[in-house]
Amino acid sequence: MSQDKTGSDRAHGKGSAAAGQHPTPLLDQLESGPWPSFVTGLKRLRDAPDKPYAPMMNDLLGQLEHSYTERLGFWKGGTVSVFGYGGGVIPRFSEVADRFPASKEFHTLRIQPPAGYHYTTDLLRQLCDIWERYGSGLVALHGQSGDIMFQGCSTENVQKAFDEFNAIGFDLGGAGPALRTSMSCVGHARCEMSCYDEVKAHRRVINEFLDEMHRPALPYKFKFKFSGCANDCVNAIHRSDFAVIGTWRDDMKVDQAEVKAYVAKVGRKYAIDHVIAMCPTRALSLNDDDTLDVDNRSCVRCMHCLNVMPKALSPGDVRGASILMGGKRALKIGDLMGTMIVPFFKLETDEDFERLVEFARRVIDFFAENALEHERIGETMDRIGLPAFLEAIGIDPDPNMVNHPRTSCYVRTDDFTDEAAKFFERKAREAGLDVAAD
Amino acid sequence: MSTAEQLRHPIESGVPDPFPFMHPVLKKNYGAWVWHDRPRPGVLRHVAKNGDEVWTVRAGTQRQMDVFTIRTLCDIADRFAEGYVRFTTRSSIEFMVSAADKVAPLVEALTAAGFPVGGTGNSVTMISHTQGWLHCDIPGTDASGVVKSMMDMLHAEFVAEEMPNRVHITTSCCQINCGGQGDISINVQYTKPPKINHDLVAKVCERPAVVARCPVAAIRPAMVDGKPSLEVDEQKCVCCGACYPPCPPMQINGADSTKIAVWVGGKHSNARSKPAFHKLVVANLPNNPPRWPEVAEVVRTILATYKANAKDYERIGEWIERIGWPRFFELTGFAFTRHHLDTWTGARKTMNMSAHVRF
Repeated sequence: MSQDKTGSDRAHGKGSAAAGQHPTPLLDQLESGPWPSFVTGLKRLRDAPDKPYAPMMNDLLGQLEHSYTERLGFWKGGTVSVFGYGGGVIPRFSEVADRFPASKEFHTLRIQPPAGYHYTTDLLRQLCDIWERYGSGLVALHGQSGDIMFQGCSTENVQKAFDEFNAIGFDLGGAGPALRTSMSCVGHARCEMSCYDEVKAHRRVINEFLDEMHRPALPYKFKFKFSGCANDCVNAIHRSDFAVIGTWRDDMKVDQAEVKAYVAKVGRKYAIDHVIAMCPTRALSLNDDDTLDVDNRSCVRCMHCLNVMPKALSPGDVRGASILMGGKRALKIGDLMGTMIVPFFKLETDEDFERLVEFARRVIDFFAENALEHERIGETMDRIGLPAFLEAIGIDPDPNMVNHPRTSCYVRTDDFTDEAAKFFERKAREAGLDVAAD
Repeated sequence: MSTAEQLRHPIESGVPDPFPFMHPVLKKNYGAWVWHDRPRPGVLRHVAKNGDEVWTVRAGTQRQMDVFTIRTLCDIADRFAEGYVRFTTRSSIEFMVSAADKVAPLVEALTAAGFPVGGTGNSVTMISHTQGWLHCDIPGTDASGVVKSMMDMLHAEFVAEEMPNRVHITTSCCQINCGGQGDISINVQYTKPPKINHDLVAKVCERPAVVARCPVAAIRPAMVDGKPSLEVDEQKCVCCGACYPPCPPMQINGADSTKIAVWVGGKHSNARSKPAFHKLVVANLPNNPPRWPEVAEVVRTILATYKANAKDYERIGEWIERIGWPRFFELTGFAFTRHHLDTWTGARKTMNMSAHVRF
């Protein structure tokens, strides 16, 4: 394919639109300023010589200008898919196609990116070349869903574009009431805070349940997201139904010489004010010799001190993840943060990752069978209560799940003694296992 | 175009393996990094157990990119970096290089091509970006234009690390809020109940599903002019727009009734304080393309006040937690109204149930 760049180098004269070009006086105002301009990019596509998408992008600019003038959107949904799949394409039909016919169909293909968003330039060029053949030449890297969004495809070309993307190893992502495309942070690839292999978890889990992604049959959307530590760079706790957040169970590692070097560099008062005093559980103390005293049993693995002193402090050696469930945005009962469901899930061996897949399967099955239509799992949890939810997915209650025990006395406790006995049995069993492991 | 081609079965390959596309130093030291620092804004240096080092240069993009822009970035990656890039959650592009002396020419090339280098550490990083009028079927405003306008204003804060801590700004073009929680969130806020086209409801909408979608049970089936339709109890309606996606004849947007609200104090990270939702600061700002100047002014005020008053490492929400909401409204000069008092489920938990008071 041609990689002609004259389009990108052409000056876009304002107010001197060529014959047939829609004037865009409002959008033109978004071409000035220091930030890269999407309008200039859209115009490059409109002005690309001999490209099949140029007329489409002229009308797209026309419709967008119309939106800027009228302060309203003019797209509607519909049904467009590829052979064998039920989701992954976001159909867009113009409501003002009589005025902007070339962009009357402007569908998006949601394509799953490599885990962690790694690309070679060769790969990006291949993706661009395919998209120039069948689509608009407009790509979002990336959507809030975690997908590469190839935006602007006619109904006829959706299958052709997908076939070529698919042939070089790319697959459609999720849309509608289905398993959705996932995200994982850079993690192991370039971050010392990473507590588990995010690529392995991301690919093992999602690739196990592709049927739920490609043929939407769940009550509503279901999202997994994978962050390697509690900094949660992919916003998993709020923005996923099943958040896997890296953590460690033993003591954090402290290089006291580096602590001293840090204190010497920033000053004792600064270190106390910004590291010691900012610990949310008062688990840190600065010793008289400028070394650090850590109360690891009080530490909640929030990551603040590790972030500030990455050379001095690191996660411990017994690594895995916390699993939080039920995060979502407002529709319909209000915003929910994910809730701690599994405080520590060991993620080191292949068997551990297999257990994660099996646990995910249990949760998805429960969701598929028990959630109401258009209900996220966080809403199911609220509707049935955490005790019933935990029982359904086979998890025992744990004080890490709550800020504090219940304050409402409206509860029936006649089997409290049996439940307490189960707790002590569990503790004894765990202690026994720990002894065996030692 | 043969029938056989049309019936090609998909290869259900799922999430692609990133290792073939990962920078060789990253691949070699996968899971073996020990610390990092930031030699200058926009540049990270990571050091591995074996002493290997990798430099990352981060640059802002417009997210909605034409193929020519992507190829320009590829050309820069091939000429000044090592042909490997990645993208962040917030749509910045990162170039990895294995030698320190490649950093300065790479920064220079990106800057010359119009891609600002920054967005690391305690900067105002790229706005989390949604779709808006360009592609969404229910948007109250644009996304790309809002992001472009705000980032033009915030460019100096993107290329520097001068904020007390990182600032994550989000935009959302409807109240579903694809943009997520932000230190500052710029979100559409509808102000009028939906306008119903009764000619279309029965043809287009699954009426029981629409009734079920309403969070305040304000929608009920009704016969209007002899046609089966829906009606809205406008006293109950909270103008959330939840009925609009499943039933487009219930138009929630209006050129003048779709407004913008600005929220603060949202946070995804667990560092120090727990993840938090953003809280309302100002509502009823005009939806004013192409540059949204009234919104920009509010964002500028909040950022300037935060920058002048917060301690290092305090995110916006944590800073307000320390100084208190009375002082926040006093310092920024915004009004505190009855609309700031939550009325939703669990609202009492947002109230001050103590004698703690600030003057």
